Amino acid sequence: MRWKWLVPAIYIFFLLLPIYWLVNMSLKTNDEILSIFSLWPRDLTLANYKVIFTDASWYSGYINSMIYVSINVVISVTFALPAAYAFSRYSFVGDKHLFFWLLTNRMAPPAVFALPFFQLYSSIGLFDTHIAVAIAHCLFNLPLAVWILEGFMSGIPKEIDETAFVDGYSWPRFFVKIFIPNIASGIGVTAFFCFMFSWVELLLARTLTAVHAKPISAIMTRTVSASGLDWGVLAAAGVLTILPGALVIWFVRNHIAKGFALGRV
Amino acid sequence: MIAKQTNQKAWFMVLPVFLVVAFSAVIPLMTVVNYSFQDTFGSNQFFWVGMTWFRDLIHSERFHDAFLRQIMFSSIILAIEIPLGIAIALTMPKKGWGVPVCLISMALPLLIPWNVVGTIWQIFGRVDIGLLGHTLASLGFDYNYTQDPVAAWLTIIIMDVWHWTSLVVLLAYAGLCSIPDAYYQAAKIDGASRLAVFRYIQLPKMQRVLLIAILLRFMDSFMIYTEPFVITGGGPGNSTTFMSIDLVKMAIGQFDLGPAAAMSLIYFLVILLLSYVFYTVMSNIGEESSNGGA
Repeated sequence: MRWKWLVPAIYIFFLLLPIYWLVNMSLKTNDEILSIFSLWPRDLTLANYKVIFTDASWYSGYINSMIYVSINVVISVTFALPAAYAFSRYSFVGDKHLFFWLLTNRMAPPAVFALPFFQLYSSIGLFDTHIAVAIAHCLFNLPLAVWILEGFMSGIPKEIDETAFVDGYSWPRFFVKIFIPNIASGIGVTAFFCFMFSWVELLLARTLTAVHAKPISAIMTRTVSASGLDWGVLAAAGVLTILPGALVIWFVRNHIAKGFALGRV
Repeated sequence: MIAKQTNQKAWFMVLPVFLVVAFSAVIPLMTVVNYSFQDTFGSNQFFWVGMTWFRDLIHSERFHDAFLRQIMFSSIILAIEIPLGIAIALTMPKKGWGVPVCLISMALPLLIPWNVVGTIWQIFGRVDIGLLGHTLASLGFDYNYTQDPVAAWLTIIIMDVWHWTSLVVLLAYAGLCSIPDAYYQAAKIDGASRLAVFRYIQLPKMQRVLLIAILLRFMDSFMIYTEPFVITGGGPGNSTTFMSIDLVKMAIGQFDLGPAAAMSLIYFLVILLLSYVFYTVMSNIGEESSNGGA
């Protein structure tokens, strides 16, 4: 088994190659992309990134995405915390059914909800606002947050709760002062996954926005279909959407499996 | 699992989540149910048509084709990603500097926005400017994913393998890491072969995480939308029009509310059934780990 390391090495090479190509292209001029085929940029340029940071129709997409993703993460985590505690500590009428129902929403295809969401948010006057997308994304992020947090909370021994109550802590004070510090890493992981799943979603975000809250993902697809020409800028926009995930990946590296498996590994 | 105390007041803690999700899930779903039994001549005049849309849909070739394509896609994805993921997890280092390097570089594709995954492969596969397309073309292959259905399918499948195999790897790896060293030592003393170790120690210990991986991969590939939408837009022709893409075309492109709603409901029922399997598996895992006292 001396050559065992080759398997993961080849796999990682296969993973990184397309990403390298995207980065490579984002640093080339359009002339170079279309005229010569080169494995690295001959004529290194940051012009494509400059276009994105100076053109409002590009950078507003990032701002819009950031706004609705942040609202969504805040709603998801604050609402899910007490609910996950209830599921992990108490049994109550309908708890299992409710837990299952939450899961079905995480698994529901966004395509099924696209049209009714469009009509629902239009009728209550929220169409093309950040809050509409944030609430729409709660459809799958709230269940995800409840499931992941429940997974983390079930790992905390119940004696902690009981000792605190014997010591005379009220429930809210116990929850904020003792329990939340205990599952801080779990909350971080949950926030990260809510961020990620809201950040990567395209269909609902695109359906619910037109101008004022248009996310970066929708702007990217529009550019492709309209001109199909400015490959350098498109590549640069892609690189910039990868960055948030790439920057925090170090902190969640040991929890990625747990997050994707809904806290069940 | 901890012995749980019965407390009906816990409902108050769950209530906010219940209300928000109900707002986002129940109202739209009722809209869909409503449309699926009615027809309209526009201007908000609806009339009852009973099961017509469902009957039409069950007999429509377009639906059959999209459904078959979807099943075929999900099966191919599972057949490639699960064995490949296990193989890579088995060869991953268990300690040292290799562990974080592997974890981080493998997790990277999982965290890329789905439309960017599409864009990456769209660029990568193009014959004129993409590394993959250019290399294949100069080797003499006639590869063009916008014209040739086979090339389009291959591109989307390789893209999905690139995107999601890491999930299987990470889950299988987590399962492998939970096996105590004593198991391997015992196997060594018994003179067990490499294959026997895999068959009788590693596979049973990975069973639970693999089930989770299979179900997650099946469900997520079953509702894939963004990546094929970006790469091929469902084409060439209809050759990569999967269920979600077809549904969005019908609902938002053509505004055929009735048929689209009927299709949504059937789609949703399939997912509901799968979720139930998933939930049962998850609950059994929870009980097993508490009884086993691991």
